[in-house]
Amino acid sequence: MTALAILIPAALSLGALALIAFMFTLRAGQYEDIEGTAARILLDDDDAPPASRS
Amino acid sequence: MVALVLSDAGADKGGKAGCPSGLAPTSTAPRSDHQEGMADPAPFVRIDTSGAAVLELSVKGAKCAGCIGKIERGLLSVPGVTDARLNLSTQRLSVKWTPGAVQPRTITQTLDRLGYEARPFDPVAGARAVDEEGRFLLRCLGVAAFASMNVMLLSVGVWAGFGTGDMGEGTRTLFYLISGVIAIPCALYAARPFFRSAWAALSKGRANMDVPISLAVVLTLAVSILETLMQGEHAYFDGVSMLLFLLLIGRYLDHLFRERARTAAKELLALTAISAQRLMRDGGVELVSARDIAVDDRILLSPGDRAPVDGVIETGASEVDRSLVTGESAPVAARAGDVMHAGVVNLTRPLTLRASATADASLVAELARLIEAGEQNRGAQMRLVDRAVKYYVPIVHTLAALTFAGWMIALGLDHWRIALMNAAAVLIITCPCALGLASPAVQVVATGKLFKRGVLVRSGDALERLAVADTVTLDKTGTLTLGRPKLVSTHSAQALASAARLARISRHPLSRALVEAAGPGEAAKDAREYPGEGVEAVINGRTVRLGRRAFAAPQASVCDGDQVSAEAIGASEIWFCDGVSAPERFLFRDGLRPDAAEAVKRLEALGLPAMLLSGDQPAAVEAAAREAGMTRFFAALSPGDKIDRLKALSAAGKRPLMVGDGLNDAAALASAHVSAAPGGAVDATQAAADLVFQGEKLSAVPDAIIVARQARRRVIENIGFSMVYNVLAVPAAMAGFITPLIAALAMAGSSLAVTLNALRIREERS
Repeated sequence: MTALAILIPAALSLGALALIAFMFTLRAGQYEDIEGTAARILLDDDDAPPASRS
Repeated sequence: MVALVLSDAGADKGGKAGCPSGLAPTSTAPRSDHQEGMADPAPFVRIDTSGAAVLELSVKGAKCAGCIGKIERGLLSVPGVTDARLNLSTQRLSVKWTPGAVQPRTITQTLDRLGYEARPFDPVAGARAVDEEGRFLLRCLGVAAFASMNVMLLSVGVWAGFGTGDMGEGTRTLFYLISGVIAIPCALYAARPFFRSAWAALSKGRANMDVPISLAVVLTLAVSILETLMQGEHAYFDGVSMLLFLLLIGRYLDHLFRERARTAAKELLALTAISAQRLMRDGGVELVSARDIAVDDRILLSPGDRAPVDGVIETGASEVDRSLVTGESAPVAARAGDVMHAGVVNLTRPLTLRASATADASLVAELARLIEAGEQNRGAQMRLVDRAVKYYVPIVHTLAALTFAGWMIALGLDHWRIALMNAAAVLIITCPCALGLASPAVQVVATGKLFKRGVLVRSGDALERLAVADTVTLDKTGTLTLGRPKLVSTHSAQALASAARLARISRHPLSRALVEAAGPGEAAKDAREYPGEGVEAVINGRTVRLGRRAFAAPQASVCDGDQVSAEAIGASEIWFCDGVSAPERFLFRDGLRPDAAEAVKRLEALGLPAMLLSGDQPAAVEAAAREAGMTRFFAALSPGDKIDRLKALSAAGKRPLMVGDGLNDAAALASAHVSAAPGGAVDATQAAADLVFQGEKLSAVPDAIIVARQARRRVIENIGFSMVYNVLAVPAAMAGFITPLIAALAMAGSSLAVTLNALRIREERS
């Protein structure tokens, strides 16, 4: 029984942590452009601007 | 690295519209060369809270990572631009810069150079950028997921422990108490979308699917609390949480579809967000938004400009492209005193226009209203699932009431607790969880399959309506045909080349078709264009003319042995005369889509006889119909006539599918049972259509019908499956055999089965 007293709160707080993280991503607008986010992974941030590249 | 390759590949293609990666088909419509004139977005720039100038643009043609990189980097390399962000899902681009550092026009010009058409979004008409309703549903979904995960964790413990007898009643009650503490607030939070909708329906005296859902949630929570306090075993906290989680998934998918349809409707408003050059009293010109134009204002229309409002031409003579309004592709001469409708493009010479209506009262706005009326009308048609629910709700509620009454009579009034619990079990087991997923899951899979083939489904129930269509009506110009004239007569390379030198200085569609046939080359120097007549230049000391017969070759008889006049075969002609050899006649016709005849045949094989509805001249319509193998055709129809034809079909019990591309078709599209438009159609028409297909091939339409019919079969199967499951489960629930474990298994099992059934569409051949 003492194991339960630790495990249940532990499970609950992990779940709550995930919920808080989800709410944060939602508020940050991470679900506004699902297709774009998937495509952006192909873009390199450290690329030189196009003018100097060509 | 990939993006780098993609964007470089795109750069080679120069000014071509469409996706630089070549992944997506390029637009079939000729690119509008009149960008510079119409697209000065200065009136639509606003200053945001941080003091930066912001411009929201709707970008056409962006489809992949290469497009994002190309657009954002291209704009950021413009000095002064601080931020550029493209939303690929909504095709909306937001550009920020330090006020004064950049001319707004530079932004659209940069985009045009990169190969993308951009149109400013009117900050007044354009609705909010953030989808609040979607966020609300996602928040509820997150909470429901949290609750169902944690409650299920405890429930599995109860099922495992209590079933084997290892768990005492005290521990079970403790588990139920903890479950309740999690589930009650979460369920009340996550069920708000259902409560709201149920309340809205009830206060209007109607019932929808959300009424039994809300009732089941509230009643089950109440019974479970009671059970837990009495230390009983029938607590359904896990069932309620899972029910809400599964239902919210279906609800969110459904919302995504509706939102996509709404976004497209907003594009129509963007059409009115054009700027105009207003002549001031002192002779100066100021740039204003179309909305600010008052009646009797004088507007300067440069070649390439689109008339922002209805008006009368005051000075100037030019040729205008009225295809947006009438659907006719041939340019029409316009002189002082002629009426210009909003949306008409001025082609050759500057015109001064006196506004006769404001933007709101103009023809485009009128069409927008017609479209809206058509869509509202269509919204009244019930969806399959709603129809199933209509019969479902009263039956379920009667059964629950009967269960309660039956147990009360059987056990006596003292055992009301058992009676109430069994009634709640009936409600929770019949809760239309699989029904809520039945249609959205199928829609997601089917539209995904179509999207890969270049067909975009705009509204959620479009597939259901497409599946039952039994007649197809097609527009001619731009739908059955490619919508641009093509050279059909044969000429010597030398004649073609010299004619093309003159044609290169003209914006006239026939000139462009001639240039296209001749390929790249030089333009004639010192050439002059006479609006409505033709082009004249002096080459090697000789006067050379290209244009209408009376202008270029007045002395020519029909000379080349070809006795038919151009009108008789539905073609247009221009003449070329170099003063030495015999005048040359160039014939142009609007070419059929390459697979038009095959597509018509396939449609007929699918049980959809085809009919041609066109605003064009009878000869041209008949020629096109014959070539495509169609026997029924109607010519010279006004937009209103087309609607009347469709109404007559509907009155005869038919469900017509309308395929069209011009703005004049937009209202007809909205009033048909279901509609499709090619990707080259104007934005307003795409907004009115249920499906938009890309590429040159018309067979996308029969393809879409096949997928829609598969989807319809899956939806009916899913509804049937949910029903069968209820038929089996309800007697058990009424008899009191249902335990929380069985309820949870049944619920998850039926939802899983419905989803898997939907996934079968992906594998099916079509």
